Amino acid sequence: MSLLDRPATAIAAAVRSGEARAADIAEAALARIAAANPGLGAFTDVTAGRARAAAARVDAAVAQGRDPGPLAGVPFAAKNLFDIAGLVTRAGSRIERDKPPAPRDATLVARLEAAGALCLGALNMGEYAYDFTGENAHDGPSRNPHDPGRMSGGSSGGSGTAVAAGMVALSLGSDTNGSIRVPAAFCGLFGLKPTFGGLSRAGCFPFVASLDHVGPLARSAADLAAAVDAMAGPDPADPACRTDTPAPLTPELPRGIDGLRIATLGGYFAERAEAGALAAVAQVAVALNAGRAEFPLAEAARAAAYLVTMAEGGALHLPRLRTRAADFDPEVRDRLIAGAMLPAPWVAQAQKLRRAARDAALALLAEHDILLAPATPCAAPRSGQKTLTLGGQEVLLRPNIGLFTQPISCIGLPVVAVPVWPDAGGLPFGVQIIAAPHREDLALRVAWHLERSGLARAPVAPAPA
Amino acid sequence: MTEFDPDAVIAAMAPLLDLPLEGADAAVVATHLRIARAMAATVAAVPLSDEAEPLPVFRP
Repeated sequence: MSLLDRPATAIAAAVRSGEARAADIAEAALARIAAANPGLGAFTDVTAGRARAAAARVDAAVAQGRDPGPLAGVPFAAKNLFDIAGLVTRAGSRIERDKPPAPRDATLVARLEAAGALCLGALNMGEYAYDFTGENAHDGPSRNPHDPGRMSGGSSGGSGTAVAAGMVALSLGSDTNGSIRVPAAFCGLFGLKPTFGGLSRAGCFPFVASLDHVGPLARSAADLAAAVDAMAGPDPADPACRTDTPAPLTPELPRGIDGLRIATLGGYFAERAEAGALAAVAQVAVALNAGRAEFPLAEAARAAAYLVTMAEGGALHLPRLRTRAADFDPEVRDRLIAGAMLPAPWVAQAQKLRRAARDAALALLAEHDILLAPATPCAAPRSGQKTLTLGGQEVLLRPNIGLFTQPISCIGLPVVAVPVWPDAGGLPFGVQIIAAPHREDLALRVAWHLERSGLARAPVAPAPA
Repeated sequence: MTEFDPDAVIAAMAPLLDLPLEGADAAVVATHLRIARAMAATVAAVPLSDEAEPLPVFRP
């Protein structure tokens, strides 16, 4: 097996021990990107020179007996709403590429590189992150490596595609309503949406200030923990970022599920999902001996997130809607226009509802350490698909992929999406492992346990013949 | 609920927002307004007291 197909932590261990050279890993990643990206559309910019320079620094550190960093030689890339010095931050749009290149890196990009990781470039995404499909009107779709005729999921589509295809071991995405968890689910990956404020958003193109989260996608739970350990910490440049440095997550993983009270969310989360999504949750629930729980405000929380997103998104982009309407992806533009027109009382009530929903969820999480729910109502849809049948009704696809992710990000809870494959030879489904605020450690312990048991797994997709 | 005419909303709001709609698909905008109205009804169905404060700065 190529080292590129191994988890990030295995790559770092090989580089740190001197078994492998970061320079060789950089070249292998660049070769795989050159071979696979034209068919999969993951990368919009490749930073070969930067990756080679970083690899040389890592190899020099190893040769000189210095610590090359905990993520030494790990290839990574970032959704193109993260600033990468020298690249134009597109945010998936045509409009933003008229701006000058970013003068410096986003905080998380800088922190990963400081930990020894190699930045390979910027990744495709849905325009302005208002998307669950991974399709992009300007750069083409990011495709699903497990079936290139299907969606990668979005809006961090390229972040899913690049890791599932083994181009990189780790990627950065953003998640306002599910945009890390959806591509993780569709592409069969582990994805972490941290607690709101858990990781710095500085240097990222914004969408909805009170809902925007950023986090990693990877092929193992331990990789997510290692990435967060390298990236967490205060950052005055993001007013929402926590002001303390959390304890490392990695040492907690071997504690597994010991002592954890785990329940599956029913009701709303069991009513409008395809059989495969429910089967994946059921398999996880059996493996964890989970009980049952209800979150009665889930549907209202989802509706609140939907309205706040429309309104804040419409407000954010109003100047561009006035002057550059023709340069938007029409699918995004018309939803933003509608968002700018929402009555203020709807939005005010939605913000009030968020507090009530948060309080209800905290009460639930006083009784349960972990809640389980499907990540998406369906497996990866076919590219170009416009509708979906849920509960016997045909509904629009784009607004409904986030049915189950939105109630959770609405109230800022940490979630690890784990990949489960309920049908042999079939497509993956994501299961959300949800914990109380700032208890990423608990969600990652469960993900780690499920991975060790073999139930959750994130293989690199075979290269197309 | 009173009768809802999204086209009338669009016609009224566009000048209020100083938002020219050339190039926009009014039928799609109307569809999104209908979806939003249903979402607002779902939110409004949850009884909240006058004292229930919003979350202007979100803290989970």
